[in-house]
Amino acid sequence: MFDELLKNLDYTLIKQIAFAAFAVITVGGALYLLFTKSVLYAAYSLLLTLLGIAGLFVFAGADFLAVSQIMIYVGGILILLIFGIMLTNNKNFQRTNLQTNKIEVGHHNRFWAVLVAVLLFLGFLKIIFAANFHIVGKQIHNSSSLQQIGINLMTDYIFAFEVIGIFLLAALIGAVYIAKKEKV
Amino acid sequence: MIAIQNYLVISALLFSIGLAVAVTKRNAILILMGIELMLNAVNLNLVAFSQYDPNRLQGQMFVLFIMVVAAAEVTVALAIILKLYDYFKNLDLDEINSLKK
Repeated sequence: MFDELLKNLDYTLIKQIAFAAFAVITVGGALYLLFTKSVLYAAYSLLLTLLGIAGLFVFAGADFLAVSQIMIYVGGILILLIFGIMLTNNKNFQRTNLQTNKIEVGHHNRFWAVLVAVLLFLGFLKIIFAANFHIVGKQIHNSSSLQQIGINLMTDYIFAFEVIGIFLLAALIGAVYIAKKEKV
Repeated sequence: MIAIQNYLVISALLFSIGLAVAVTKRNAILILMGIELMLNAVNLNLVAFSQYDPNRLQGQMFVLFIMVVAAAEVTVALAIILKLYDYFKNLDLDEINSLKK
């Protein structure tokens, strides 16, 4: 009976449901980030959003990028942001409430910002549905895109690859130099 | 197949929310998070269009480089934020309004 069920499954429908689920995770995390007051909860909702985007990358056939999204954004950037939150936690505000990790921050001119964002979104929607995309290429993602990315990095993009390596090294050294404590 | 308009609408939503986060929040780290959201929205667009270009994958290459630049940006910004916190003992951007005493 279970095999029967598996055979009759409509895979495109399942794909669309999974896509919708990832989209809801992504947008929901972003909306929570916008409306929450707690800084730590904002960081965790950013985690949800980044994971959702990694899922959407898989649906667009970018498997390598989905993994690097998780490794770079979730494993690197988000951890850095949480470190930043923890290191810049002002003790004076904390004595008033007993929850140690409750770091709250207010908003300013929220009405105008949300209004501008909504207008921008409506403008984007108008452009997206007015533009009539005629996609020329064929959509293939049976195979992994990893091999093609590797070949690209070593041939067409070799200069950009080397430059971005130097750039990252310079940025990291600069960050360490800026952040170090000055001895008086 | 998932139509490209779905990706574009999600990406537009993410970009608008990122803009609102970057403008409304008062904490410097939360503003960085808004900028990350906007960068991710752009990445999603590039990947969505790149699936129709499977032989060259130019969009995906672009996204790879954007990710590296975002990582570098966040490290330098956090270093600056730590310095600001050392000086002002506060990260509220409304209070940080003097360059040097």
